[in-house]
Amino acid sequence: MMSDALSELGTHIELKRPDCVIGWEVAFGELTIDVVLANIVGFVEFLKTDATCKFSSLVDITGVDYPDRIKRFDVVYHLLSMYQNQRIRLRVSVREDDLVPSIIEVHPCANWFEREVFDMFGVIFSGHPDLRRLLTDYGFRGHPLRKDFPTTGYTEVRYDEALKRVVYEPVSLVQEYRQFDFMSPWEGAHYILPGDEKKEGAK
Amino acid sequence: MGVMSQGVQTGTNTAGMDREVATQQLNAELQDKGFLLTSVDDVINWARTGSLHWMTFGLACCAVEMMHTSMPRYDLERYGTAPRASPRQSDLMIVAGTLTNKMAPALRKVYDQMPEPRYVISMGSCANGGGYYHYSYSVVRGCDRIVPVDVYVPGCPPTAEALMYGLMQLQRKIRRTGTIVR
Repeated sequence: MMSDALSELGTHIELKRPDCVIGWEVAFGELTIDVVLANIVGFVEFLKTDATCKFSSLVDITGVDYPDRIKRFDVVYHLLSMYQNQRIRLRVSVREDDLVPSIIEVHPCANWFEREVFDMFGVIFSGHPDLRRLLTDYGFRGHPLRKDFPTTGYTEVRYDEALKRVVYEPVSLVQEYRQFDFMSPWEGAHYILPGDEKKEGAK
Repeated sequence: MGVMSQGVQTGTNTAGMDREVATQQLNAELQDKGFLLTSVDDVINWARTGSLHWMTFGLACCAVEMMHTSMPRYDLERYGTAPRASPRQSDLMIVAGTLTNKMAPALRKVYDQMPEPRYVISMGSCANGGGYYHYSYSVVRGCDRIVPVDVYVPGCPPTAEALMYGLMQLQRKIRRTGTIVR
């Protein structure tokens, strides 16, 4: 029933804005729309003003890194309609050197969200008034949520008794980072464990 | 341990002196003479252990447990402590929570502003050694890399009791090692 309303909404949006929508799907009771990068600002504004949508609040902007794809990043927008009690997710595929148009003009709260995405993924937003890092340390190098960023980073801090200040040094781990396999046996691991062949033989 | 037979202690007394008696003797002496004799060191250490004003350096969830410690159930203030918002008024800093690289210079700055003698309690796994975030790119692997720590309280987060025990251990440390010049 809920997904019927979402499908209706998806069809409506696709009919109204065929130039913006690449495709849409309803999965897990949520509507996701793939949007053309260049038209994102106009599309978000349309969603805000259209009478059947009225997506007036921007909940979050975040990113996803797919290192194997040519369009490496997905920038994801979550919107909420207080009027229609609906939620929607917009997805834009971005190359590493693409500029994403900033939606601050439509939703001022996008300011820090876009700064965060820039900080974590290195996606650059055009038209952003103050695109600085938001969360990481001053002078931080790299973008932590990229898949090629090492978990332990490049620097660590220590107070230097001689210099009387906190100094930055290259990371030196006392104990190596250990990779644990947290795959739940109940959810089904897709690799073969020693002894698995016995199960096949029993049949 | 003393020798026990059928619930009666027959060996040497291991229970120690009767504190009630000791206090009453002290009281009687005070009432009789009107003064007590002790060394200046002892008085100063007694005063120090009894007025540990702590800098509330709450960084994460441990801070909530630190609040619990000062709330009525465990009521840290009955030890003469008091949470202070300014480092210049505090003797003790409780580093409660994850210390990040970005926060590290600020933590050191706050510590440097505290007047001597000053003590640090490192509260929780993250402050002790990075804990869950030990391999993170943004977390200091133990706040002892930034400030000298007197007492480490383990736990994730430590219970209010654990922190209170940590504070009592610190008081004990002050009593044992405390001198006027630290």
